[in-house]
Amino acid sequence: MKTAARIAIVAVLLVLAAPLRAAVPSLSEVAGRYAVVASGSRLAFTVTAVGGPGIRGRFARFDGTIDIPADSVDRARVTITIYPDSVTTGQKRIDDFLKSDAVFDTANEQAIIFRSTRVRRTGEDTATIEGNLTARGRTFEETFHVRLAEAQGGNLHFHVQGKVFRSRYGMDVGTPIYSNVVDFDMDLASRRR
Amino acid sequence: MSDFRFRNTKEGYGLVAIAFHWAVAVLILGQIGLGLTMVRVADQRLAFNLIQWHKSLGLLILTLIVLRLLWRMANPRPLPLASLRRWEKAASTAVHRLLYAVFLALPLSGWVLVSASVLGIPTLVFGLFLLPHLPVGVSEAGETFWRLLHRSLAYTAIALVTVHVLAALRHHFILKDGVLRRMLRPARRTEP
Repeated sequence: MKTAARIAIVAVLLVLAAPLRAAVPSLSEVAGRYAVVASGSRLAFTVTAVGGPGIRGRFARFDGTIDIPADSVDRARVTITIYPDSVTTGQKRIDDFLKSDAVFDTANEQAIIFRSTRVRRTGEDTATIEGNLTARGRTFEETFHVRLAEAQGGNLHFHVQGKVFRSRYGMDVGTPIYSNVVDFDMDLASRRR
Repeated sequence: MSDFRFRNTKEGYGLVAIAFHWAVAVLILGQIGLGLTMVRVADQRLAFNLIQWHKSLGLLILTLIVLRLLWRMANPRPLPLASLRRWEKAASTAVHRLLYAVFLALPLSGWVLVSASVLGIPTLVFGLFLLPHLPVGVSEAGETFWRLLHRSLAYTAIALVTVHVLAALRHHFILKDGVLRRMLRPARRTEP
């Protein structure tokens, strides 16, 4: 009797857990041009430090477009523009330092731009996006890992992760105390135009 | 060279005490220059790097001062020159004690300042090893207090070093006695 009860409980839990994973819509359902919207989006980053708390920050201002063709995800295109003068860490002195000529140099560089060059589907709801990231006048190819978190009506919600070596963009100040690797962890909410 | 003494005698300083003195002198002057520069440069990348050097040099100075004090305690103190007047001896003793006190307190207050800072920037000494933060409260108010104390001690050190250098120059160029020479030329071994 006890065994039967346990099986029943496990079965109920499995049934309850199943809907947590969003059903992946077909390409024809989601095809179109989307604009990244601030509401529901979060562009966060982390730079670890040896023996210290490191830096956790986010960008408050950004925009972007996502084009998804009806025939193939591989031909999808993404453009994201981040405005580095909107960087915030919760500590004004760190914000000022990040905006200074040591890091983003926001007096001279107004935008960080990512333009995808290739999208590869890696799973039912995942893909890798390769593209050119331009910051402080330097452009390098970067790769981000994307998961479709939610698709509802005309809205798509993506979770995006990626690692960027900041030294390539002339932002190596503080290494090796602070890691050369910037970990991006982003939620991108987009609305069909 | 081989007849120079490593240890102090009653007549003069040994090679080790002299090496400690000039090593600390050069480092302190460099550290003061670094400290004044790093808070004034507009280039934030340069400022960050200078601050890291300042922290590393501070630990080196603290280490040398402690070793120097230990060496001083383990060695005889050279007697003051007979030509010195009583007030000169008293002033010399007071300035030397204050110099030791300030040179100990200055790097320690810097260490506390770094530890209390809300920025939490780690100290990687000369890029070689991590200096742990001291167990003090982290707050804006604490950081402001320790920065004020560190800065006040730095200006006190500048004043004391100025007095010390001027006194040494007075002895050498005006009184023409052997006070400065004793800190330039180590005591020699006496013939048996």
